[in-house]
Amino acid sequence: MKKITGAQAFIEALRCEGVTHAFGYPGGAVLDIFDAIMDARDIQFILSRHEQGAVHAADGYARASGRVGVCLVTSGPGATNTVTGIATAYMDSIPIVVFTGQVPTHLIGNDAFQEADIVGITRPCTKHNYLVKDVCDLGRVIKEAFYIARTGRPGPVLVDLPKNVMNSTVNFKYPDSVSLDSYCPTYKGHQGQIRRIMGVILKSRRPVIYAGGGVTLADASKELAEFARRLKLPVTTTLMGMGAFPSDDPLSLGMLGMHGTYAANMTVTNSDCLIAVGARFDDRVTGKVDEFAPKARIIHIDIDPTSISKNVKVDLPVVGDCRMVLRGMLAELAGKDAELAEMVSQTEPWRREIGDWKKQQPLKYCKSENIKPQYVIEMIDEIAPDDTIITTEVGQNQMWTAQFYKFNEPRHFLTSGGLGTMGYGFPAAIGAQAAFPGRTVIDIAGDGSIQMNIQELATVVQYNLPVKVMILNNGYLGMVRQWQSLFYKKRYSHTSMAVAPDFVKLAEAYGAKGLRVTRPEDVKDAIREALRIPGPVFVDFVVDPEEDVYPMVPAGAPINNMLLV
Amino acid sequence: MRHAISVYVDNQAGVLSRVVGLFSGRGFNIESLSVAPTLDPAKSMMVITTTGNEQVLEQIKKQLNKLINVIKVVDCADRDYVEREMILVKIKAEKETRAEVLRIADIFRAKVIDVSPKSYTLSLTGDKSKLEGFVEILTPLGIIDLVRTGTVVMEREMQGRRKLT
Ligand SMILES: Cc1ncc(C[n+]2csc(CCOP(=O)(O)OP(=O)(O)O)c2C)c(N)n1
Ligand SMILES: [Mg+2]
Repeated sequence: MKKITGAQAFIEALRCEGVTHAFGYPGGAVLDIFDAIMDARDIQFILSRHEQGAVHAADGYARASGRVGVCLVTSGPGATNTVTGIATAYMDSIPIVVFTGQVPTHLIGNDAFQEADIVGITRPCTKHNYLVKDVCDLGRVIKEAFYIARTGRPGPVLVDLPKNVMNSTVNFKYPDSVSLDSYCPTYKGHQGQIRRIMGVILKSRRPVIYAGGGVTLADASKELAEFARRLKLPVTTTLMGMGAFPSDDPLSLGMLGMHGTYAANMTVTNSDCLIAVGARFDDRVTGKVDEFAPKARIIHIDIDPTSISKNVKVDLPVVGDCRMVLRGMLAELAGKDAELAEMVSQTEPWRREIGDWKKQQPLKYCKSENIKPQYVIEMIDEIAPDDTIITTEVGQNQMWTAQFYKFNEPRHFLTSGGLGTMGYGFPAAIGAQAAFPGRTVIDIAGDGSIQMNIQELATVVQYNLPVKVMILNNGYLGMVRQWQSLFYKKRYSHTSMAVAPDFVKLAEAYGAKGLRVTRPEDVKDAIREALRIPGPVFVDFVVDPEEDVYPMVPAGAPINNMLLV
Repeated sequence: MRHAISVYVDNQAGVLSRVVGLFSGRGFNIESLSVAPTLDPAKSMMVITTTGNEQVLEQIKKQLNKLINVIKVVDCADRDYVEREMILVKIKAEKETRAEVLRIADIFRAKVIDVSPKSYTLSLTGDKSKLEGFVEILTPLGIIDLVRTGTVVMEREMQGRRKLT
């Protein structure tokens, strides 16, 4: 054992966790750590231009790669600037560890310069958090932080590091294991319950799978696809579940809920057996709760017991890891060929009915002189390589992307689902690009949202991260304007973004490339051009200003009550 | 329905705040709360009495269990348990009522723990309904001040036996 400083021990700990990338921003309380980082050549540090950007980047890195994202910022304002990013990761169960500087322990509680009680502030939006008061605890705490972040239902963990802890010395040894007697997530589903739910599924006549982000988090898409295909079960996914089941599979119904497809919402409403996998019955999915899947027995597979029967009463819960439970369900099919064949043939009329719903009301939009935002997304889908990672901002841009981009793989679509954080997409794209330097990463943005973390242009230029930002510029906070249009008599209170920067010039001012497209016939070439340019590009698509997202279920209505185009 | 839930936690800074924050953040109700270290000083026992329907109670218990520092959650409704709370009541006691207050104290087996020419302070231990009965009887006599500790509970050693008290 060697005697090193807390700051050096911190770097050692990151190495032991296999960390190769970290995102952050320096300041007085973390000078020692930043000094140590300068010597840590094996950890690529990416300097954001705002701490919120750093957290979203760590989050994007985690979502794209499946590894734990790491972020390091200073005390006080640096720490408070991370809150939105942490809450975003919390709502979507994303494993990140955020390290914040803190004033020296003897000053804590004194309203010292740049002091903030960040542990107190983030208690409700972290999976867990720590204040390290003694350098001897540093290794254990970091070990636990990474472990808690990535296991069970993943989530953000914050570790607050007082300055004096980081510059005192310690005989450092990183622990080999954690011992947390109060934390042991259930991975293996209850065997008897798995058998029971298979009995119910095999007897159902109008079954549907409702898959959420938990499938991606558990790396269970292969098992989900196998299960759905063997039983010929239609699959609808949540926003967070996009890509967990291939959109191009005939069994895919697309997204359900407020802006879900007609077929998905009708299927759920008429189902006799709803199989929820890694989903949490969010109100944007269920609409009016009492009328959600009213005829169905509800089966719910989730690693988090609190998700079960929180919003909707579940008939048959299984607490466990989605992948392990799906494997258990597949195993239950052994020797049941006859029953399976019977079920598949008995559910044939149901699939025909669903096929009719798909034909009656596919996703559509009306063409016009103007560029339609949906068209831009279809063209991006057509032109971008298959392994492209798409991030979005929040609003119409996000919903249209979920509807019109055909995601066939998990971890290809990064979006702020639970919190709906405008300004998420661009920094998240930075994180994804850092994880996969060779892949195409595109942020499909709104003109409002992109301005919320626009400063990260400097980051992409500095590190030559070739992120492509496709702005669907409708001159409005479009999604809010849509609600004003439908429910507030078109009184567009403070939703105009008419005063906006010239995004082309802005990109160029930062040293990136900018393109503008105003005619539908130029859309494809612009996308090709953007992908051809080796560095970061902003493309400003001037789109139809008053295009709305349909279908739409009005807030609080049952989901089969859809406004259609 | 009212439930007493005992929550066995790590005795660490911030744990109380996590538990209480969970209740306020999720809109659960806390009727009473008591916390103190257990036989093992590294752990504390919290007893929370709360109200809510079955679904709310289920959520409360699951959410508590999800906190990293919570080791065990027991809903006393599922077990046989003894429940006690202590109350201190300062009550007006002047000429005509001085004897009456003492008589009531005697009936409830409360103790007089402070005396002044115009008041008595009584302490009483019991379950919630006993304390409430006590307060109800004393109220017309003029309660000056009242403090309650919140409920504490302990599982009965022999589950399923008839209650002694
Ligand atoms: C940080 C934040 N503030 C406010 C909102 C509320 N909000 C939701 S969508 C939206 C409009 C977004 O506008 P824009 O980025 O231009 O996207 P569009 O809907 O026009 O595609 C707003 C303001 C939010 N989701 N996040
Ligand atoms: Mg807009």
